[in-house]
Amino acid sequence: MKKLVVFFLSLSFGFTFSQETDSLKIKELKEVIVVGTKSQLHEKQSKTLASVDEFLQKSTKVDLIKRGAYAWEPIINGMTTERTVITIDGMRIFGACTDKMDPVTSYVEVSNLSEATISSGQQGTCHGNTIGGAINLKRSQGKFANKGWDFTLNSGFETNNKQKIIGSSINFADSLFYIDTDVMFRDAENYKAGNNQEISFSQFRKLNLSTISGFRFSNNKIIEASIIYDKATDVGYPALPMDVSLAEALITSLKFDYKPISNRIDNWETKLYYNTITHTMDDTKRPNVPIHMDMPGWSDTYGIYSKVNGRLNKHDYMVNLNGFYNRSVAEMTMYPSDPNENLMFMYTWPDVQTIYSGIYLEDNWLINCHSNLKFTISLGMHSNNVASDFGMQSLQIFYPELEASKSRFLKSISTNYSYDKNGLQFGGGFGYGERAPSVSEGYGFYLFNSFDNFDYIGNPNLKNEQSLEANVFLGFKNSKWQAKITTSYFHINNYIIGIPDLSVAPMTIGANGIKIYTALDHATIWSNDLIFNYFIHDNWTWKGQFLYNIGRDNKNEGLPFMSPFNYLTSITFNQLKWDAEIILKGNTTQTEYNTFYGEDRTPDYAVINCNLGYKFNFEKTKIKLNTGVENIFDIKYTTYTDWNNIPRMGRNIFLNLMVQF
Amino acid sequence: MFCQLFLFNVLHTKFKKMKFQLKNIVAVLFMALALISCSDNDDSTTVNELDGLTKFQEMTNTTHTIELYSHTGVLVQGYNEVKLRIKDNATNQYIKNATVSWMPVMHMAMMNHSCPNSEVEKITTEGTLYEGYIMFQMAQNDTEYWDLKIDYSIDGVDYTTTSVIDVPASAKRTVNTFTGTDGVKYLVAYVEPHHPSVALNDMKVGVWKMQDMMTFPVVDGYTLKIDPRMPSMGNHSSPNNVHATQTSTGELYNGKLSLTMTGYWKINLQLAKPDGTIVKGEEITDTVTASSIFFEIEF
Repeated sequence: MKKLVVFFLSLSFGFTFSQETDSLKIKELKEVIVVGTKSQLHEKQSKTLASVDEFLQKSTKVDLIKRGAYAWEPIINGMTTERTVITIDGMRIFGACTDKMDPVTSYVEVSNLSEATISSGQQGTCHGNTIGGAINLKRSQGKFANKGWDFTLNSGFETNNKQKIIGSSINFADSLFYIDTDVMFRDAENYKAGNNQEISFSQFRKLNLSTISGFRFSNNKIIEASIIYDKATDVGYPALPMDVSLAEALITSLKFDYKPISNRIDNWETKLYYNTITHTMDDTKRPNVPIHMDMPGWSDTYGIYSKVNGRLNKHDYMVNLNGFYNRSVAEMTMYPSDPNENLMFMYTWPDVQTIYSGIYLEDNWLINCHSNLKFTISLGMHSNNVASDFGMQSLQIFYPELEASKSRFLKSISTNYSYDKNGLQFGGGFGYGERAPSVSEGYGFYLFNSFDNFDYIGNPNLKNEQSLEANVFLGFKNSKWQAKITTSYFHINNYIIGIPDLSVAPMTIGANGIKIYTALDHATIWSNDLIFNYFIHDNWTWKGQFLYNIGRDNKNEGLPFMSPFNYLTSITFNQLKWDAEIILKGNTTQTEYNTFYGEDRTPDYAVINCNLGYKFNFEKTKIKLNTGVENIFDIKYTTYTDWNNIPRMGRNIFLNLMVQF
Repeated sequence: MFCQLFLFNVLHTKFKKMKFQLKNIVAVLFMALALISCSDNDDSTTVNELDGLTKFQEMTNTTHTIELYSHTGVLVQGYNEVKLRIKDNATNQYIKNATVSWMPVMHMAMMNHSCPNSEVEKITTEGTLYEGYIMFQMAQNDTEYWDLKIDYSIDGVDYTTTSVIDVPASAKRTVNTFTGTDGVKYLVAYVEPHHPSVALNDMKVGVWKMQDMMTFPVVDGYTLKIDPRMPSMGNHSSPNNVHATQTSTGELYNGKLSLTMTGYWKINLQLAKPDGTIVKGEEITDTVTASSIFFEIEF
């Protein structure tokens, strides 16, 4: 309901960010991206059936590392999975792939979600310890309203990779009960880069089913159960030496929501959750494989959180008690060419069990009507245990003194001030946060990274990574203009990255060597972005966003995956029934790259996209049609986030149809 | 184990019947007592010295029967730990105070020769077992065979017995016999690990030389350099291996063998003199993929 109000407000004023940036709201450093087919705001989407990844890409804070057409890895402020926290409605989920081929975002679908909240740096610690920031994907959920039945059909087609999308949802709601179910299926063939160059092994197929059901058993008590089942098969990763035959996730949760009749507590939400992921890599379809191998991985997570929101005088507060248990196992079996020889087997993740329990406190002090001060603090106990003796002994080859268990105490604290008056906005803050090494960083065993062509070995003796962070933003708006510039600076101590160890030989055939995860004394990341909107005419808006990141290691050399100067500018037309947009985006040549971490110079590029949407009502049926052309001039290009410079998709025409009745 | 199971049952029934706190305490006390008595029983049972050993042969003369044991229940080409005990045929008692020595001999068409072997020593004073090692550098074949002569004396009286023994070829290479660059004939054998695992394994090897056809003393002070490789997977190596060296003269050599995965490993060898001179074996490079002396393991 709140969202709806915000939407209508923004419509009536016509000048808030949420309208003009196409469903992008900005509050301090938080961005909310509206995702999904069922959201009330979906009608603002230019491509309703875009992937979750494509939706996330709209944020200036987020970029995505692409290893193919599927399962892109989100990076926040230039920081990859290890330094970020991605949750689904506050639930922790950990991918089961040692090569990061299955980020959390790959197990959901736009039909499951309503929005994604992106928090930069220490403002994202509500659901877990992070350095770079957090993304919380918000599940779409029904409302207790006497709406009765509601059906939606989605269908889409993309010409470039012949992607066929079909989905439907069936929802029912009355004042005490609701149930939403949806299904979405995507099937894509190889895509073609510019100049009609086919990218082999870029196909994918994904089926996603979900259901969420709520029951209100008293005026202020709600119980809600949610299940997402996602199964991707035959997924090609053209930038990697292996594909995926199966990536399967079951994500379940049970939530109790209690709204006490109290001035101090608005809402008390408690959730129990469980998710299990199976991920199977497959190289049987690749030609000329030096040695065939199976690499399955499993990740199971059990978790709980209990979150209280409320207000005391001028303080909006939140307390979140949370904990999880995760078990990550991955193995590798290699098949020698002589069938009489024994199989070669190893654990690449030696059954690492992680237990975390922590508390998060937030106080948002509304100093007056135009300024507020926010404090957050998070304290947690994090422990790892290597449960497999086999895996333990394997790691003891490198670390003879290794003990199975290791505990860490993780702390985070931040404060942010923001001011908003007469069209002037500014603010800033400081933060300090820590994170524990990931399973791969701590306990990985011969994980091949095709980006720098090294085998990686985990290091259980790593210290906590510590980030000191400062951020500032400045914005203004008037009847014609709206602009905002944001800058965040991270000084990270014990920065974890792979450093070559010449004394150890690689295992993978053709690899350059071994890298051991090592803590650099420090590294710095400076992330900057500028967004503006210019209101040209009643229905016309000109928008621009610019981004530039710099990362430096302790030797003042570049860190990987730092965005060169990146720009996007668009002109949108919005009318009741029609909307249209033309976008120019690109980046300049990547001059800040470091071959030591496997990067090379990526040339500049620019592409133009356009799209057109039309919606109409036919009796009670709502129909929404979106079409567009991406990369109109069929440019062959690659960006700094493209794994091994795999070229991106060439010209693509998409058609999305949504019928609601 | 049984004891505990039994206790559990007893307790279970006890708890069922229990109604008062006092009975609870009594039950717990009872359990504690029973546990103590249980562990007492465990202590009093003598450790079976034949645990993990299998008899593979008996050698009999008029007075005694000698039982030969090994962990695998067979002898095989390469290094063998052999344990034995001597039974008095008259009393069926095992002799605890014998002095034993042995001599394995290979009977070839043109000549006989022996192989590296240790002294035979009593394992414990109380026990009945004697032990030592024999390293058969070659296997038997259709025309050539090994026999084992055991000489022993009990209370000043000397006895002897000789039997043919079965020494088949080993499936994987565990012995290297070669003439070094110094003209000396060396023998190098794999001893441990018996059950290699994906770990940094404690490794034992033996290095001997042939002094004459019947004398094969341990070579002291050398280094056996090891370089394990997987030929089926690009001949990759493994980290943190420790070359085998001796801790004291006359002993076997100890090293660390790192195996990063299961499968077939070729352990390439180089034998170095105390001054560092390599008497045999080649360093593995891009062009030299295997040494002329090596061991093989597969697990």
